[in-house]
Amino acid sequence: MTGKKRLWTLFTSMLTISSFTFGGGFVIVGLMKRRFVDELGWMTEEEMLDLTAMAQSSPGAIAVNAAARVGSRAAGWPGLLTAVLGTVLPPIVLLSLLSLCYGAFRDLRPVRLLLAGMQAGVAAVILDVAWGLGDKVLRGRDPLGLALMVLVFAAGHLCGVSTVVLILAAAAVGLCRGLARLHKSKEGGR
Amino acid sequence: MIQLELFLSFFQIGLLSLGGGYAAMPLIQEQVTHAHPWLTAAEFSDLVTIAEMTPGPIGINAASFVGVRLAGVTGSLAASLGFILPGCLVVSVLAGVYRRWKDGPVLHSTLGILRHAVVALIASAGLGLLQTAATAAEGGFDLPRLLLAGGAFLLLRTRKPSPILVMAGCGAVYLLYGLAAGL
Repeated sequence: MTGKKRLWTLFTSMLTISSFTFGGGFVIVGLMKRRFVDELGWMTEEEMLDLTAMAQSSPGAIAVNAAARVGSRAAGWPGLLTAVLGTVLPPIVLLSLLSLCYGAFRDLRPVRLLLAGMQAGVAAVILDVAWGLGDKVLRGRDPLGLALMVLVFAAGHLCGVSTVVLILAAAAVGLCRGLARLHKSKEGGR
Repeated sequence: MIQLELFLSFFQIGLLSLGGGYAAMPLIQEQVTHAHPWLTAAEFSDLVTIAEMTPGPIGINAASFVGVRLAGVTGSLAASLGFILPGCLVVSVLAGVYRRWKDGPVLHSTLGILRHAVVALIASAGLGLLQTAATAAEGGFDLPRLLLAGGAFLLLRTRKPSPILVMAGCGAVYLLYGLAAGL
């Protein structure tokens, strides 16, 4: 496949996948695996798993980060830009249009009622996500993590401490514990 | 310049949202409703609803939705670029670092602790949305919508239906109720 054709394939693949993927980042990663590993054979399944882990440990949207890795793996920097563009274009266009129309429709009675009902639904969906994730981390039985979870909730929800501060503080606590463990294991190995 | 403000706000959101789409939500909420007077609580709730119903990561959905309202197409692009830039940069750097350190205790411990904090933040954002939904437009308490949210939550926990179906169902039920009750 020539360079230009490869970039075009990359762009159209990501555009299609991104346009029709509802649901979280892992859904889109699954579709990317089917396209780039099974159909195009551009990378192995193992490489796809590794880049998913990288996309997950990086900040931001998993789908965009995974697209950046797939693109750069397939065609270097031009590939990275092409894949990311294909991934973000559909939501940018769609949400910009919806945002403009939303103002005009919001005050119509049926739309207002529909949105009001859906607000109740979306609160339930987010709480369900939190419950599911909470269940998973509780099973890890990490006492420091659990204490931090309670603290973060109290500080954020009840005392209104900024989310940025809370995330940076949690990262600092995790980093300190990691460094302490590293130190211990080095001493133990001597 | 509003574009620069949007870019910086969403760069912050992009940089600090570890753990995928839902992790970005509390940060978006803080940036667009508290740190800047860009959306009201009800508008933010509408934004989350619309973002859930459409494809694409919630961060980009929010960036486009807010950006285009404040500064048209350039606002939408500035905010979206701000959101994706940190992730693209970090993931590129990480590709080199990752293989060496992925099983190391430092990265492992940091991500483990962060996961706990993120769950707490998502729960807090969900409760915020519930508070918005349970408050009537006139400021009073909205029991029908609280019951609707409770029912939807039980359904989601026990039957695992598609979230989009649940939201659409809630919308339809409340529409019928509202028309019947003359709201």
